[in-house]
Amino acid sequence: MQKRVTFNNKWLPYLLLAPQIVVTIVFFFWPAGQAIYQSAFIPDPFGLSTQFVGLGNFEFLLSDPYYLSSFGTTAIFSFFVTLISMSFALWLAVMTDRVIKGSGPYRTLLVWPYAVAPAIAGVLWLFMFNPSIGILPWYLAQVGYDWNHTLNGGEAMTLVILAAAWKQISYNFLFFLAGLQSIPRSVIEAAAIDGASFWKRFRTIVFPLLAPTTFFLLVVNVVYAFFETFGVIHTITAGGPQQSTTILVYKVYADGFVGQDLGSSAAQSVILLIIVGLLTVVQFRYIERRVHY
Amino acid sequence: MAEIALRDIRKSYGPTEVIHGVSADIADGELIVIVGPSGCGKSTLLRMVAGLETVTAGSIAIGGRVVNDLEPRERDIAMVFQNYALYPHMSVFDNMAYGLKIAGISKSDIAAKVNDAARMLELEPYLARKPRQLSGGQRQRVAMGRAIVRSPSAFLFDEPLSNLDAKLRVQMRLEIKALQRKLGVTSLYVTHDQVEAMTLADRMIVMNEGVAEQIGTPLEVYNNPATTFVAGFIGSPPMNFLDAERLRSVLARQGPNRLDRAVTIGIRPEHVERTTVGNGLLDATVAFIEALGAETLLHLKTDAGETVVVRSANPEETVRPGERIGLKAVPDHLFAYDADGRRVASED
Repeated sequence: MQKRVTFNNKWLPYLLLAPQIVVTIVFFFWPAGQAIYQSAFIPDPFGLSTQFVGLGNFEFLLSDPYYLSSFGTTAIFSFFVTLISMSFALWLAVMTDRVIKGSGPYRTLLVWPYAVAPAIAGVLWLFMFNPSIGILPWYLAQVGYDWNHTLNGGEAMTLVILAAAWKQISYNFLFFLAGLQSIPRSVIEAAAIDGASFWKRFRTIVFPLLAPTTFFLLVVNVVYAFFETFGVIHTITAGGPQQSTTILVYKVYADGFVGQDLGSSAAQSVILLIIVGLLTVVQFRYIERRVHY
Repeated sequence: MAEIALRDIRKSYGPTEVIHGVSADIADGELIVIVGPSGCGKSTLLRMVAGLETVTAGSIAIGGRVVNDLEPRERDIAMVFQNYALYPHMSVFDNMAYGLKIAGISKSDIAAKVNDAARMLELEPYLARKPRQLSGGQRQRVAMGRAIVRSPSAFLFDEPLSNLDAKLRVQMRLEIKALQRKLGVTSLYVTHDQVEAMTLADRMIVMNEGVAEQIGTPLEVYNNPATTFVAGFIGSPPMNFLDAERLRSVLARQGPNRLDRAVTIGIRPEHVERTTVGNGLLDATVAFIEALGAETLLHLKTDAGETVVVRSANPEETVRPGERIGLKAVPDHLFAYDADGRRVASED
């Protein structure tokens, strides 16, 4: 039973809650309300007047092939970012978990990338893969492959996926490692005595017991790929070539601040808002309940 | 079924040696209990037999086959852990079937073996449950079931009853003993509880600081403790130890004997008898009295400040704290130990 706190002064609880409420209103409800409001208008080219169009912006968006292809781009991008960052992080965590001596330095080194700002991470990968001065295109040229992500959409996509995934590996690694270390040693030992080889143990014992961690990270990584990879994409490809790396969040920016189509940009924000809402529902429904065994 | 031979087993962590050469022969079907205080290396020894720890030196043979370099799964053993180590995401049935599935046994055979074990352990109603839905005693049985379905050549028990409450522990102790008798599988059982060791063991290995102090049947160990450590560890309340020097003159009066070279004299609480002041080995003052119903324990202080416990079969002791009484020993129940705590060889 939770104990109810009673206040003598009727206004004190509101006062104590005020900072949180103000922050939420100013930084969440207000912009969200603005987005919803603006999504119903089209401004004129000079921004001097706006015209009410109702759901016109949404109608236009959902029949716009560029916008629909941006959905596809986002799906591919987040699928691979999540897959690569999670599987690689899990592999690193399993390996680190086996290290007995000096695992401290390993962990520290593996966690460092998380401290790198997204834009810096983008520039880092941009330099490495720069078609004219990058080191990796030079090596690729040695084996006869001509790398140019500024012209080739597939290569651009590969590059932003790699950069975005790399950035997230540390985070996933930490959670996977913690998850692995919370599995009782004796359970693994029991499986070893029962005759299971390392991979068999991993498949039948370790991975199922990691399910809560994996599911949590899945949601976190999808959210990351959807919304927090703007800096990486902006510095590396700026959504190009030919919008091949324009994910939904980047399109909000490109259409609104570059294309000056605030109405459409606002409508896109509203769609993203709905997606975030759905993801949050999924998160609460399943993560709060945990994957139980 | 197999015998287990330990030959001068040593274990070091870095420069620190924690097990200093333990040798023992465990006969086929025998239940051997390794008993000792925490940190004495008993669990490490067991884990080396299981293959969960590497062996620094010496050799372990199971059924005549040296297993030092074999993986746990190649040793044909089963182990019951202190915290049961059940697979939390699997049902009771799957927990028991896991090892059999890996061994590639057919589904119908697995079902038959698991059901047999479940019947023996009275787990049949719980086969579909997850471990978290079971009580401690039931979990312990599942862990046992997981061990017996594979019909291994040896069972290893690592303090399997420590997590159970006292009543359940006594019950499970008997069940383990009965099961082991019935199956006749060679077993190594680690515990820090000397009562568990006494009741379960065919023979016991008493360990202290990485050394096997004594190996023998429970009664051999109890009646003839080889060192002061064993004498103090096995038996409750423990053996009383007295400085031999001060008793020498009294003992000499009783004629020449093997206690001459002793530094410490040991005597069990049940072998101390009361007498009148000045007529026994020594006099002592009653400090306090523990009436346990069937018997009474008298805690006494000698003039030299030593504590002596006397086990009295009389449930209604009339002595009072502060009273002075004389103490004498039941003849032939004095144990002599030298300066290193080793038993002085008997001359008679």
